[in-house]
Amino acid sequence: MSLALNDYLILSTIIFVIGLIGVIRRKNLLMLFFSTEIMLNAVNIGLAAISKFHGDLTGQMFAFFIVAIAASEVAVGLGLLILLYKRKGSINLDSIVSMKG
Amino acid sequence: MEKYLYIALFAPLLGSLFAALFANRPKQLFTGVITSALLGVSMIASLNLLFHIFTTQEVIHVRMLDWIIIGNVDIPFGFIVDPISATMMCVVTIVSTMVHIHSIGYMDHDKSFNRFFSYLSAFVFSMMILIMSDNFAGLFIGWEGVGLCSWLLIGFWYHKEDVPRSKDIYNSPYSTLSPYSSVSPGYAANEAFIMNRVADLGMLVGIFFIYWNIGSLQYDVVFANIGDLSHGLVIAIAAFLFIGAMGKSAQFPFNQWLANAMEGPTPVSALIHAATMVTAGVYLVIRANEIFTVVPEVGYVIASLGAFVAIFAASQALVATNIKKIIAFSTLSQLGYMFVAAGLGAYWVALFHLATHAFFKSVLFLGAGNVMHATNNEINIKNMGGLHKHMKSTSIIMTIASVALSGIFPLSGFFSKDLILEVAFGAHAYIIWAVLWITAGLTAFYSFRLIMYVFHGEENFKKFGYHPHETYPFVIAAMTPLAVLAIIAGWFKEPFVAMITTVLPELEVHVSDTTLYTLIAITTAIALGGILFAVFKYKKDGTYFSHALHNRFCYKLLANQYYIPHFLENVINKPYLRMSQFSWKEIDLKVVDSMVDGIAKMVYKTGEESRPLQSGNLSKALTLMVIGLTLLLVVSMFFGLAIRG
Repeated sequence: MSLALNDYLILSTIIFVIGLIGVIRRKNLLMLFFSTEIMLNAVNIGLAAISKFHGDLTGQMFAFFIVAIAASEVAVGLGLLILLYKRKGSINLDSIVSMKG
Repeated sequence: MEKYLYIALFAPLLGSLFAALFANRPKQLFTGVITSALLGVSMIASLNLLFHIFTTQEVIHVRMLDWIIIGNVDIPFGFIVDPISATMMCVVTIVSTMVHIHSIGYMDHDKSFNRFFSYLSAFVFSMMILIMSDNFAGLFIGWEGVGLCSWLLIGFWYHKEDVPRSKDIYNSPYSTLSPYSSVSPGYAANEAFIMNRVADLGMLVGIFFIYWNIGSLQYDVVFANIGDLSHGLVIAIAAFLFIGAMGKSAQFPFNQWLANAMEGPTPVSALIHAATMVTAGVYLVIRANEIFTVVPEVGYVIASLGAFVAIFAASQALVATNIKKIIAFSTLSQLGYMFVAAGLGAYWVALFHLATHAFFKSVLFLGAGNVMHATNNEINIKNMGGLHKHMKSTSIIMTIASVALSGIFPLSGFFSKDLILEVAFGAHAYIIWAVLWITAGLTAFYSFRLIMYVFHGEENFKKFGYHPHETYPFVIAAMTPLAVLAIIAGWFKEPFVAMITTVLPELEVHVSDTTLYTLIAITTAIALGGILFAVFKYKKDGTYFSHALHNRFCYKLLANQYYIPHFLENVINKPYLRMSQFSWKEIDLKVVDSMVDGIAKMVYKTGEESRPLQSGNLSKALTLMVIGLTLLLVVSMFFGLAIRG
């Protein structure tokens, strides 16, 4: 049997929720990055699947863009992260609170 | 000729602005000299204009600037010099020039010398605007300007403390026997300003009515179209305009401020509260004569009120011992005469009396200023006496002015005042005539009562250690032209009539020559009777009212100014104060303030409560973001389903 569109979308949703939980629960900044990557890829799955089933390549093109943007984002983000670590000696979110209302 | 118009108008403004530059500096003699000189320039320009108009009969009308042009509204800054305004301009500039010079002497020791001259010149400028404007809006600006300057000048010594209210008639600020003219200069200034504002509202309503129904405020347009309006409407316009005139000219029931305005420096009383500003009401009636001639019934009310005020004020002057208040009541009484003339349609007679009155009354005030200056600001005439020996020139000038005021031939008062009585008789208003006739006698009596108490008899001032001395020669020199005019102004009646009847209706009095001479004779008789009674009674007894009389009710009634100040205090001021306090404490604090404060407090509280949200912790912020996102998703799903379902 072949897989239906719904199965891909359910997979995409599950991965997205996993990423979301990661974003909420994790205190390590590096782990936060991983979680966002997971969420972005969850969206990619959704886009690619819909594109395939509708016979429209636009969705897959979008997925490529997202991959490229995610890569550059991680590059910049990791650079900042290293700088932050050098300055504070920690990348735990609870210990780098500097702005308080 | 336009050049002279602008010079006459703007020279006082220039002087005022110049003196204002030094307002906070110690006395600079040149501010007084320069403002007086500029006033002199203005006076020469005005006389020039008068001469030009007299010889050529040409009316000078200029449109200086546009002021309000919106749609059909077109109100310019325009000025007109016709026989009426030219006469007024000459009266105002002559009196104010002399008063300016007199003030240099009178305000000699005052530390706000410069400020005084700035105000005084500003007043003259406003007055010129009032007189020369060619529309009701400009007149109203001048009207408010003189009100403002009057407020500034009455309250010139604003630092004086309030006098406590007292039941004792010799100490109460409301009595004319006490050493106080009012509660305090600040009180008097506010009283004058507020009363005028109330009356000005009436005038403003009148002006609105005119604009509404005619669509213009230019005098020529208004007067050309006034006949087309319905009779009732014209009555309303005339009545509302007259309410404004009542305020400015202190007619009953707006009369109280004028007597209290005597708190101001004496030259101010001479200029503003005798010669010029208070006659603005009469000027308004004369200027708007074409409105008032349409509705003779309003004119009759004006005349009756005028006659009432004439005797009402004159009676108060009988017992007063406050030198300035006696003259103030006299002014009020003479304003009543002017309104009688104006009300009965004899507009040029009113203008004529306005002019002669300005001369003799201002010089009377200036003389009173000299006397007060010489006796350490004493204002009780019973504490003076025998000053003739010490102040000969002042004494002679004041006596001349009093004779003129009494209306004795051939001084100016005779010509103008007698004419008013003649008009009243000729218009068959015999009651008004009788009232004015009695008032003429009272006027002569109280004028000479003042002269006798101040300049003759025993030297009571010695008890108080005063050393009276004649004032500076230049002050006397400034008063002399006014005194001369007080004598001769009446002799110009014929040329004045020839000039003024080109714009004002001619007199229509039909009395036979015999009646006329009888009238003149009996009027002169009562005036002379008043004078002689005053002189001989004083020579015989040294006083006028016996002690038994002092306890009578009628005496107290007059000395307490008919209890009008008490009435105002208890019936208007106090309840108003209580009402204001109630609205402040109950309505403003409890309702309005609590509502506004409540809103502010709510905002503060919300901010305070939501502070923990901004912990600065990225993890928590993300959590909140996810919660928000979820909520939005749920809501949008809910609505999506709701729309579909």
